[in-house]
Amino acid sequence: MKLTVWTYEGPPHVGAMRVATGMRDLHYVLHAPQGDTYADLLFTMIERRDHRPPVTYTTFQARDLGADTANLFKTAAQGAYDRFQPQAIIVGASCTAELIQDDPGGMAETMGLPIPTIPLELPSYQRKENFGADETFFQIVKTLARPMERTKQITANLIGPTALGFRHRDDIQEVTALLSDMGISVNVVAPMTSSPQDISKMGAAHFNVLMYPETAESAARWMEQELDQPYTKTVPIGVGATRDFINEVAKITGKDAYLDTSRLRLPWYSKSVDSTYLTGKRVFLFGDGTHVLAAARIAQDEMGFEVVGMGCYNREMARPVRAKAREMGIEATITDDYLEVERVIEALQPEMILGTQMERHIGKRLGIPCAVISAPVHVQDFPARYSPQMGIEGANVIFDTWVHPLVMGLEEHLLHMFREDFEFHDAAGPSHHGGHAPKPEDGGGPAPQPAASPRSLSGKMNEGSVIWLADAEKELKKIPFFVRGKARRNTEVFASERGVAEISVDTLYEAKAHYAR
Amino acid sequence: MTELPRLPTAGGCRETPILKQRGQREVFCGLTGIIWLHRKMQDAFFLVIGSRTCAHLLQSAAGVMIFAEPRFGTAILEETDLAGLADAQDELDKVVDELLARRPDIKQLFLVGSCPSEVIKLDLAKAAERMTQRHAPSVRVLNFSGSGIETTFTQGEDACLASMVPVLPKTDDRQLLLVGALPDVVEEQAIGLLEAMGIGPIKVLPAPRADSDLAVGPNTVYALTQPFLGDTHDALTRRGARHLPAPFPFGEEGTTQWLAAIAAEFGVSPDLFDQVTAAPSARARKAIAQAAEALNGKSIFFFPDSQLEIPLARFLTRECGMDAIEVGAPFIHKGIVGPDLDLLAEGPTISEGQDVDLQLDRAKTAKPDLTVCGLGLANPLEAEGLATKWAIELVFTPVHFYEQAGDLAGLFSRPIRRADLLKLEATE
Repeated sequence: MKLTVWTYEGPPHVGAMRVATGMRDLHYVLHAPQGDTYADLLFTMIERRDHRPPVTYTTFQARDLGADTANLFKTAAQGAYDRFQPQAIIVGASCTAELIQDDPGGMAETMGLPIPTIPLELPSYQRKENFGADETFFQIVKTLARPMERTKQITANLIGPTALGFRHRDDIQEVTALLSDMGISVNVVAPMTSSPQDISKMGAAHFNVLMYPETAESAARWMEQELDQPYTKTVPIGVGATRDFINEVAKITGKDAYLDTSRLRLPWYSKSVDSTYLTGKRVFLFGDGTHVLAAARIAQDEMGFEVVGMGCYNREMARPVRAKAREMGIEATITDDYLEVERVIEALQPEMILGTQMERHIGKRLGIPCAVISAPVHVQDFPARYSPQMGIEGANVIFDTWVHPLVMGLEEHLLHMFREDFEFHDAAGPSHHGGHAPKPEDGGGPAPQPAASPRSLSGKMNEGSVIWLADAEKELKKIPFFVRGKARRNTEVFASERGVAEISVDTLYEAKAHYAR
Repeated sequence: MTELPRLPTAGGCRETPILKQRGQREVFCGLTGIIWLHRKMQDAFFLVIGSRTCAHLLQSAAGVMIFAEPRFGTAILEETDLAGLADAQDELDKVVDELLARRPDIKQLFLVGSCPSEVIKLDLAKAAERMTQRHAPSVRVLNFSGSGIETTFTQGEDACLASMVPVLPKTDDRQLLLVGALPDVVEEQAIGLLEAMGIGPIKVLPAPRADSDLAVGPNTVYALTQPFLGDTHDALTRRGARHLPAPFPFGEEGTTQWLAAIAAEFGVSPDLFDQVTAAPSARARKAIAQAAEALNGKSIFFFPDSQLEIPLARFLTRECGMDAIEVGAPFIHKGIVGPDLDLLAEGPTISEGQDVDLQLDRAKTAKPDLTVCGLGLANPLEAEGLATKWAIELVFTPVHFYEQAGDLAGLFSRPIRRADLLKLEATE
């Protein structure tokens, strides 16, 4: 039993729903009690889908448990087939149905429906949403895809995008354009946009583009084995990764590497002098493994940030994330415990967080700017405008998104200069963020408030053995809020390393000199 | 005393045959109630014993993630708990010890049963009893079920309140008990009106804190403020308290009738009643009239959701001039919504439970001007050209009593006004 407040991933059957909802003409018969229908709103509200997810819930109740839940399942499956006339059906159980052991897969197979019926085994008490999506897509591909004659022209399947994915809608368009520029067309995009009939034609492509390892790696491996289709290992998020991706595709296909950079703005924007202030900004990265790995490279190599911490919530990606962290000389945080992530961020005091919606809230509490780079998604992660993460436009979008939460370069200097000004002080926050200024600290000094909230749940209290003298504390408050956390932490580390028990103004400036870059 | 409501000439809906269909439902489970209950009871913590699905539901139910100071959490059952490798009761003790050690501000802990905990027959009543002894007197531990195999949406609040009734101290004092979790502002308005009539003492269930002087007994009379409190009603009756049946306090008419039922019990003079209610009821009528302009003559179709459907249909048809096509409720307790059914003119289909696909077929055929439904159905219906009002907002928004009557009508008129407002065609 594990106490959980917030979760990064839903249960595995929600992963299966993401696959089914992304597809067309597929239906999911889910053995589940009525309450599990809440999952529909994830798609209709967060993603603003204009159709109900293609899911029939058997809706068993307590009074059915002693009686005949199995028959209920069969009625629901038959009803779903009759009403929706899908090309294929996937069947499975949610967490509660798993406990009553009705074997929906076995029952569906005996019903003799005239369409492929694909049973799913998704262990709800061991695995989570991403596993559910990956396993479901794998089972669908395994059942429906067969080796077949290749298309005459070189074609690729784009695999991994699902409903409720972080910018999947726009990434498809961007990757399609990258390939098109090299003279490669797309055979099937799956699971999103495809029907079971499309899946059966996946074997015609020459290779697969694995867009999101979280949701399609098992399928990619199976197709490599059974359909003799190589798949790309580079996820084209960021300038360098997009270039690597193009080279990888060239190698697989024998085509010339070609990348149209006429619309690529990140390199110049990053190089232009106004971006100097980005140099060495201390950032913390957290999200799903794929997006964090991509963000680590962009942060370090393309934005000139210093990555002070990184991690992911999906254990399936722990190995590459740990390896990348080691390469950067830091330790990876692999956890799905939101409170632990908060503790790490609090201890590291980064100047910016690149995380999920959960870290955005952590940032709000700690007064640290945050940009969102990964699922779990929020309604805000489905902007009306074209907003990919991959390819050329993805790099441009990332530059804008990451810079937006920060106080801009010249403004940062002005805040230093006029830090006593009653209007133009740092607590006003970045001037381009209208109503979202951090709250002032009690006792005058402007600063964001580190709220006390669920830290009380985390139990860990401040060990603080170093004391700040009043003068030093006052001086600290003169430092703009967006670097104050770092200054406080550096000074405390500096003091405790030297056995200094009390921090004076001198200690503060000695520490500043020590850490000067 | 105020004039009696005009009963529908052709008869009300109390005896209308109820359409009952069995199929897929599209409703929340009772755990959802925790989202508002934890805000209402400020020293309470709600610990769901369930699966990752339960945790995910709580996080997603409101359509947004509420990160501020959560006073609820989920003890997620793991493989070891289910395989019998670990004694679930021991594991639960550990989780609760850990939780209470970290949150000494918690005075009431609710162990909330879920579908998985019900199916594996985890005895939470036994656990609550054991923990109450162990953590007495600082923490009281209670249990109720919010499981989706037993409860639908607002029934979770009912189960929670019902679990509190048996442990209330006994009193022989004459008192009025208001039952139901309302936003503070609304609750204060109701108490203000009743006190102005000289009625008292007035107590509220749920009390905001565990150490309140709330008690119950044979001289207690109670009024429900929400129509979904059937089990709580039964639990209070078992403690000897007496229910004052009335239409629910939605709209001017509902509020007046609800107050009148209490006033009659406490022997309030008609003059005093009119004196207290005249001004706010006139304000309510005026506010409703403004919002009702957009609703007059429009048709409405209710999918089952919160059990507020019948009282709301009564309000919308009688005070806003709407025509009800179908009024669906997850569960109909005639002992509670009977007075509302009496006032609701015959005509609409009254349905209980749901086969969502068949009900969607009926709605699409009827093409109502406004459809009240859950979040899973709203956007898909909008995409088909049906204006919708999502039902969860009715539970999260202050809508009871006179001063909110206009807001309540506004919740329904806004989608219709919006549909008229948006013009996206070329001007020619």
